[in-house]
Amino acid sequence: MTKLFTTTALLTALALPALAVEPAEGETLAETQTYTYWLLDAIKSLDPALNTDVEGSDAQRNLYEGLMIEDAAGAMIPGMATSHEVSEDGLTYTFTLRDANWSNGQPVTADDFVYAWQRVVTPETASEYAWYLELMNVQNATAIVAGEMTPDQLGVAALDDKTLQVTLTTPTPYFINTLSHTTTYPVPRAVIEEHGDAWTRPENLVGNGAYTLASHNLGVEIVFEKNPEYWDAENVLMETVRGVTVNDNNVALTRYQAGELDRVQIPAGQYPRLSEEFPDQAVSVPYGCSYAYVFNMGENGPEALKDQRVREAMALSLNREVIVDQVLQGGQRPAYSWTHWAINGFAAPEGGMEDMPMEARLERAAELLAEAGYGPDNPVRLQLQYNTDDNHRLLAIAAQQFWRPLGIEIELNNVEWAVHTDRLQSGDFEVARYAWCADYNEATTFLDWFRTDGYNSGKWSNAEYDELLAEARTAEDTTPLYQRAEEILAEEVPAAFVYHYSKVDMINPAIKGLPTENLRNTWYAKDLYRIAE
Amino acid sequence: MFAFVLRRLAVAIPTLLLLIVFSFLLMHLAPGGPFTGERALPPQVLANLEAQYGLNDPLWLQIWNYLVSVVVHFDFGPSFVYPDRTVNQLIANGFPVTLTYGGLSFVTAVIFGVSLGVVAAIWHNSWIDYLAVGISIGAQVLPNFVMAPLLVLIFTLWYGLLPGGGWSFSDPSFWVMPVIALATSYMASIARITRSSMLEVLGSNHIRTARAKGMPEHRVIIRHALKPAMLPVISYLGPVFVSMITGSVVIDIYFSTGGIGKAFVDSALNRDYAVMMGVTILVGALTILFNLLVDVLYAWIDPKIRY
Repeated sequence: MTKLFTTTALLTALALPALAVEPAEGETLAETQTYTYWLLDAIKSLDPALNTDVEGSDAQRNLYEGLMIEDAAGAMIPGMATSHEVSEDGLTYTFTLRDANWSNGQPVTADDFVYAWQRVVTPETASEYAWYLELMNVQNATAIVAGEMTPDQLGVAALDDKTLQVTLTTPTPYFINTLSHTTTYPVPRAVIEEHGDAWTRPENLVGNGAYTLASHNLGVEIVFEKNPEYWDAENVLMETVRGVTVNDNNVALTRYQAGELDRVQIPAGQYPRLSEEFPDQAVSVPYGCSYAYVFNMGENGPEALKDQRVREAMALSLNREVIVDQVLQGGQRPAYSWTHWAINGFAAPEGGMEDMPMEARLERAAELLAEAGYGPDNPVRLQLQYNTDDNHRLLAIAAQQFWRPLGIEIELNNVEWAVHTDRLQSGDFEVARYAWCADYNEATTFLDWFRTDGYNSGKWSNAEYDELLAEARTAEDTTPLYQRAEEILAEEVPAAFVYHYSKVDMINPAIKGLPTENLRNTWYAKDLYRIAE
Repeated sequence: MFAFVLRRLAVAIPTLLLLIVFSFLLMHLAPGGPFTGERALPPQVLANLEAQYGLNDPLWLQIWNYLVSVVVHFDFGPSFVYPDRTVNQLIANGFPVTLTYGGLSFVTAVIFGVSLGVVAAIWHNSWIDYLAVGISIGAQVLPNFVMAPLLVLIFTLWYGLLPGGGWSFSDPSFWVMPVIALATSYMASIARITRSSMLEVLGSNHIRTARAKGMPEHRVIIRHALKPAMLPVISYLGPVFVSMITGSVVIDIYFSTGGIGKAFVDSALNRDYAVMMGVTILVGALTILFNLLVDVLYAWIDPKIRY
């Protein structure tokens, strides 16, 4: 075994407690330590194996703790694991767990992780995130999910109460980065076996996080209280955390302004006004999601989109600057790569359409369309599908206007989310709005989407691209490989990338400790505190 | 009357069964399903999910099992979207909320609507009439999706008098804005119907006779005009009451009450079949029940009506 000390692993090896939250100089703590944040919708599940949405993840980060947690910049720091060792071949990770308890006073053991991970891949659990353990390349995960092996054959084992061993099928450079994801959290076997699906109800839930579940009024509010059993409880300042559901963003903003919420998303188009009016409250930070119009190049796709020149013309003529500066107005950035610009270690390839002035782009687009036999006299007729949302509608209308002068006639097709995803999966669309958010802070979280066997709703396929990503799994320096992969996307244009997200929020200046440099906006209530106003 | 009620109940049961069957079929015809997500589920996982919820049975068997579960055990099954909740629990949580603000809204709308309508009719073509009609029109052109954010702006942001949303059975301050927002447009409709009906009755022969006999005006109104004038109002109130107590998605969204209206819309969007069916049956049963009650009330108010 060879110890690989990364910057964060060095911290872990020293087994220091997580950095204590302390008010900065001149700050006085408020008497009441409460934080109230906004939820757009009811939280569907508090079970780490069954959670599929952001709201659920935010809640679960307070209730449980995984092997790793993230610091304010998104770097991995010790959670339940105080240190880890990696084998020479990069296939075996051995984690040493800290002394910690569940909220019912029982110790957290390696077996809790084994049970939790096996439960995720067990087909009977029906976890929609079972694929995550496949993405982590945990040995046999794919076969177990497919029902070809039994869950006890998963590459995870408890060597003793405090030692957890994970075996991978292939070296995975980003493996450690995947360990802060809620799907990898431990769960209490005895409680689940006793209560079944109802184990996540407030009266039953047992967690190992910094907070316990005090109440959960579905669709109204969820309340967390500080967990005295948490291993670092003495450094947790925030006593009570409330997630309040407000289904309308504008009403939520009003309630924030009335002092009922400490944090709320700013509705599209209102950031310029609010940042001018409340410069100490309106915040826009990069957020690891990318928005695109995916072209269907599969069997059911229209003939026109099988022609690269048509796709490139559409990508060229899309005025992204207008979209981000005049429609969204929240600090988003135009996207010329699929990978979000702020992803760790990612550098987008230089050149390409980003460096072309808009006039030159439009000229080139017209040329390409003419070469392909299309133009204003012989327009390309396509249907653009998007799911119900005001922003998607505005962007689709903008795209329709950008494309029309070139001879690309777009019919807008607004469908509800369930229909949208159903059609994406069955290839029943022509051009479709889509966005992808990073599951971990590394470029493959985006690039894998376009692999032949990835999500890849448009059914684009490129052997060189697949090879590059396979090579990147074991490469010392992945930068040139990822750049080439992005170049291929720019050449082949399986989608027109539109913009990279930013998180645009109003945050009460009395609340300190919310991360502003974490690309996935991963926050932990244990890092927060309220200062006296 | 008793025989009439029995006859109506005998018709209500097959009506409800038909509603269940048709809703079930329509639900399954909708594209997508409860487990349609961004990523296609592995076949084994999907098979387990479908088995868990009985979706792998033929449709006729699914409907039969559902009917047995509902009719025999009064069990609406587990939610497909909220794994730790059953439909019974979701309805038990959401319906009392909706019943509270819906019932209060109904009472408010009836009291104010009928009063405005009667006052406007009595002082027909006077400034009182114009004021009452003006208030009604104002209330009518402010639908609840306009009223709700407006109320939050005024009472929460500007004056800080009321909480901007949420729900508490023990704190009436949470009820005020949902009740006002929901009651306003209904109040306007009730006022309009009452006014026109009252004007018609006040112009009828028996009222003229009563006045000619020298009966005091207040007795004319209360004893002879009000009751017949209420007939069209009552026929309007039946379905209104049902729609008010079974939830308003707008009120639930703007005030985050946790009521059944939003749960119903969410269940449709999420393809949460069990919740969709549960709420459909609840609304259907209440609609049938209150239509029956309206008919009974009709007969009581106007003895000429016999069924």
